[in-house]
Amino acid sequence: MSEIANTFTLDGQIVQFTPGQTILEAALDAGLYIPHLCFNPELKPHGSCKLCTVIVNGRSGSACTIKAMPGQEVQSSTPELDGRRRLQLQMIFVEGNHFCPGCEKSGNCKLQAVAYDLEMLNPHFPHFFPERPIDASHPDVMIDFNRCILCEQCVQTSRDVDGKNIFALAGRGMKSHLVINSPSGKLGDTDFALTDKAAHVCPVGAILEKRVGYAKPIGERKYDEQTIREQIAADAEGGL
Amino acid sequence: MDTQVSSQPQKVAKRKIRVATTSLSGCFGCHMSLLDIDERILQLIEVVEFDRSPITDIKHCGPCDIGLIEGSVCNSENVHVLREFRDNCNVLIAFGACAVAGGLPAQRNHLDIGDALREVYCDRTGLGKQIPNDRELPLLLDKVHPINEVVRVDYFIPGCPPSGDTIWKFVTDLIAGHMPRLEHPLLKFD
Ligand code: SF4
Ligand code: SF4
Ligand code: FES
Repeated sequence: MSEIANTFTLDGQIVQFTPGQTILEAALDAGLYIPHLCFNPELKPHGSCKLCTVIVNGRSGSACTIKAMPGQEVQSSTPELDGRRRLQLQMIFVEGNHFCPGCEKSGNCKLQAVAYDLEMLNPHFPHFFPERPIDASHPDVMIDFNRCILCEQCVQTSRDVDGKNIFALAGRGMKSHLVINSPSGKLGDTDFALTDKAAHVCPVGAILEKRVGYAKPIGERKYDEQTIREQIAADAEGGL
Repeated sequence: MDTQVSSQPQKVAKRKIRVATTSLSGCFGCHMSLLDIDERILQLIEVVEFDRSPITDIKHCGPCDIGLIEGSVCNSENVHVLREFRDNCNVLIAFGACAVAGGLPAQRNHLDIGDALREVYCDRTGLGKQIPNDRELPLLLDKVHPINEVVRVDYFIPGCPPSGDTIWKFVTDLIAGHMPRLEHPLLKFD
């Protein structure tokens, strides 16, 4: 019997994969963009943002958690899926306080970049306007919990890479929120350090280094020149 | 229209598009950005005439094709003006981060409005000891809202402020009868 090729189709294009890769990993390696937010190639897939939702052989699922299989037919870039993704983004935006005009992460923020790419023009839903106090107790790092999108990248990184286990998610449903593992609940009372990998993993403006605000001129920030989609295509080309 | 019988060049005076603009709880930055279309305003004025706007002297919004709203809704007068615009404009556009999403003024939403007023008007030296209470003054709402939480909004132009080019692209698309579209690099939230 002849060997089955390790390929699937994404919106009709043939994509090669290495067995064990997820659909999202294989697509990104090929320079094909599937919108995603909570996925970080260095961490275990989280599957919470649902932006990478694709249709695989007629059923929807998260491209970041579904393993690539030979012969899959995957749809991603369809008006329906992009419409659903915009709704998901709008939900994320109204759930927090995303005042981008005053956020230090603006221009370097993945949530914002994905919203630009999907041409989200407004947050549509009534805002929640949460009131979670900022934690500025640490000498080098501050946390604005009102911008946290609960991706758990800081949780995973601190626990599995830094070996410190400083962050966790607590609460249920709408009340889920990020907490700090110290008796006082304050970041300043942990052994968190600016040199920790977890200090730099947050995709949005929730965990920020103190005293380095607005260092990059507008025009030179991460997503000013190229969109997130263009960067992923360019990165894959450079890697080939 | 009797253009078939007439061989005259098309000098038939076309009705100009009526546009009203206003700033609610805005900083006038979006209007400044509108003026950043620079000399293109001369092109605009060929097809558009302005109704109520900070750049005209008209006191109330009459029937219009397009209403452009800058600023979020922070007090009772904002609500009245916004409703007047919605009643009179066929197409209502939120322009700027404040109108679209509440903007930076909505950062007061985690404060008690009484505390905020007392802090500014009572707890400071040299300012008297009472919150202004003349009936002429509109009362503040307890929270700042984007305009689509008060009236239906047809289009949104984000940005703080949206650039002149962004406003130009959007408004010219609309006037030309296209579905307005903003994409990189014209689409910005900051
Ligand atoms: S975290 Fe990103 S989306 Fe949120 S306010 Fe900051 S720049 Fe905007
Ligand atoms: S703080 Fe940042 S990295 Fe941590 S869960 Fe929230 S958004 Fe994710
Ligand atoms: S990237 Fe797949 S669910 Fe977030």
